Amino acid sequence: MIERDEVLHVARLARLALSEQEIEAMQGELSKVLDHVAKIGELDLDGVPPSTHVVEITGALRPDEPRPCLPREVALASAPAVSDDGFLVPSPQA
Amino acid sequence: MSESQIIALSATEAAAAVIAGELDERELYGVYHRRAREHGGSDALNCFTWVSELSEPGGAPQRPLGGVPLAVKDLFCTKDVPSQSGSKILEGYRPPYTATAVSKLQQAGATMLAKTNQDEFAMGSSNESSAFGPVRNPWDRGRVPGGSSGGSAAAVAAGLAPWALGTDTGGSIRQPAALCGIVGLKPTYGAVSRYGMIAFASSLDQAGPLTRNVADAALMLRHMVGQDEADATSLAFPEPISVPDGVRLDGVRLGVATQLSAESEGAGGIEPGVAAAFEATLKLAQELGASIKTIELPHAPHALAAYYVLAPAECSSNLARFDGVRYGLRAEPGGEDGERGLLGMYTRTRHDGFGAEVKRRIMLGTYALSAGYYDAYYGRAQRVRTKIAEDFKTAFQDVDFIVTPTSATVAFELGALTDDPWAMYMNDYFTVPMSLAGIPAISIPCGLAGDGLGPGGNGLPVGFQIAGPAFSENRVMQAAHALEAAIGFDSAAAFA
Repeated sequence: MIERDEVLHVARLARLALSEQEIEAMQGELSKVLDHVAKIGELDLDGVPPSTHVVEITGALRPDEPRPCLPREVALASAPAVSDDGFLVPSPQA
Repeated sequence: MSESQIIALSATEAAAAVIAGELDERELYGVYHRRAREHGGSDALNCFTWVSELSEPGGAPQRPLGGVPLAVKDLFCTKDVPSQSGSKILEGYRPPYTATAVSKLQQAGATMLAKTNQDEFAMGSSNESSAFGPVRNPWDRGRVPGGSSGGSAAAVAAGLAPWALGTDTGGSIRQPAALCGIVGLKPTYGAVSRYGMIAFASSLDQAGPLTRNVADAALMLRHMVGQDEADATSLAFPEPISVPDGVRLDGVRLGVATQLSAESEGAGGIEPGVAAAFEATLKLAQELGASIKTIELPHAPHALAAYYVLAPAECSSNLARFDGVRYGLRAEPGGEDGERGLLGMYTRTRHDGFGAEVKRRIMLGTYALSAGYYDAYYGRAQRVRTKIAEDFKTAFQDVDFIVTPTSATVAFELGALTDDPWAMYMNDYFTVPMSLAGIPAISIPCGLAGDGLGPGGNGLPVGFQIAGPAFSENRVMQAAHALEAAIGFDSAAAFA
C-alpha cells in the first residue's frame, strides 16, 4: 500500500489539493493499479530501446518565421481574471 | 420524404440525395435537429452537451458532404461553441478557434448539429466520468454506452445524428461503437490532425468516425485526413480514401492472436455470447473466402499495463495547463492542503474542477514520472511499447489483418464497474495494443449476445475488431465492408 506521505508528495507535484477522503481512497486505488502495472517488471527488456514515435515521420520542421497569432483581447477573453493587458493571478507571496 | 424515410438514410445516402436535389438540406437538418433536442438531453439519452441553436443550416448543399448534420465530441475545440471535454474545469468554455478535423469536415459540407457527451478528458470506458452525467445506451437505458466517445456512439445508434466525430486513445471510438452496435474507426496515428483536440495522451490520441456503416466511415475519413502544419505529428495520407465496395474476402489472411482470444486468461473472461458471435463471424469470413491463421503477439498481455503508465503520464503533463489562469474554472485559495496565494489557487482550482477518475490518472502519471520511479514505470512501459509495435510488424508478415472481439462483454449496467478502476480499465484489453502500435483498427457490429437482454430480449450488440498495418485504412474498410454485408446487422431496434 502506498504511504499517505507519498500520496501527499505526488499531489503536491501535481498541484492538486486532496480531501481526507480522497487521500485515503487514492492510497488504495493507486496501489491496486500499480500492482497490475508492476507486471511489466517481469519482462526481459534488456537492450530494447524505449519507443519514441511509432509511425515513421520525417521533416516535421518548418521555417521559423514570425506570423500573426491570436489577438491579445481574444486570448484574454476566456480568462477568469485579467488586468490591463495580462492574466491576473494571486500573488505567490500571499 | 417522410421523417422515417429521412432517418433511414445513411450519411452517404443523405449527402447523395441532397446533392441530387431529391432531399432539401434544410429538411434533413430540421429532422435531426428536432430529434436531437427531443431525445438527446439529460432527461433522455444525455448524449449531447450542446445542440445548435440554429433551426436552419447555413450549409453548403453542393459540397461533397451535402450539408449532412454532424455531431462532434465535446473535446474538439469549436469556435464560439462550448468545448468542455466533459469536465467541470472547462464548463462553458468557448474556444477562439476550431479544430482542424472539424473545420475540414465543415469545409467539405458537413453541418455542425451538436457536441457530444464524453468521459471527462476522454478518461473512461463507460461515459460515467463525465461532469455532465452518464450517457445512456439506446439499446438499454440502464446500461452504459461505453466510452469515452459514448455520446457520439449513442447519438448515432439512436438515429439522433447521421454520424459523429470521436477520438480514440486506447479504444475510445471502437469500444463505444461496439457497445452501441455501430461502426467506429481509429485511424493510423498521425493520419488526422490533432490540432484543436483537447489533449489526453498526445502520443496516442487520434480522431475518427463513428457511423452507421463502413461506407460512411470511409466518406468521413476521406475529408479528415491530411498533413496539418499545426500538428507536427500529422502525416500526408499516402493514397486517397476510397469508397469500400468489397463483397468477398478471397485470399485474405485473417490472424487470430492467441493472446487476444478466448484462450487468453489475461483477457479477463470473454462472455460466452461475445465469443460465439466472434466465432460465427470468423466462419462467415471463411465462407467469403478468407483464411484464418493463429498468430502470436507475445507482448499483448502487457499492453494494458504499459498503457496505464504511458497514458496517465502524458495526461499528467497535458492537464497541467488547467490551472485557473487562462480559461475555465478558477477557485480561490483555501484547499485542505493549506496552500495559499498562487499555489493555493492552482491546487484548489484543480481540486474543485477535476473529477475522481481524472485526479486518479493525474496522480498515477505524476507518480510514474517522479524521481526514483521514472525508469521502473515510464521507461519500462516505453520499452514494452517498442516490443508491442514489433510484435504487430512481425505478425503482419504472415497475415493481412488481425481480428479480435472489440470488447470482452456487451454493454454493462450503469455503476457496475465504477468502484473498481482496474476492472474498468480491462474494457480496453483488446483495443489498447493497436493504439500503442499506432495502427488503424475498425469495430463493426457482428451480432447480438446475452439471453434476455436488450430490446425484445434478443441481446445486446457485439463488436468485431479488424486491425491492419499503418495506413492500411482502405484495405481494412474494404474487408470490413464485405463482412458487414454478410453479417447484415440490424440496428433499427436502437432508434429513439
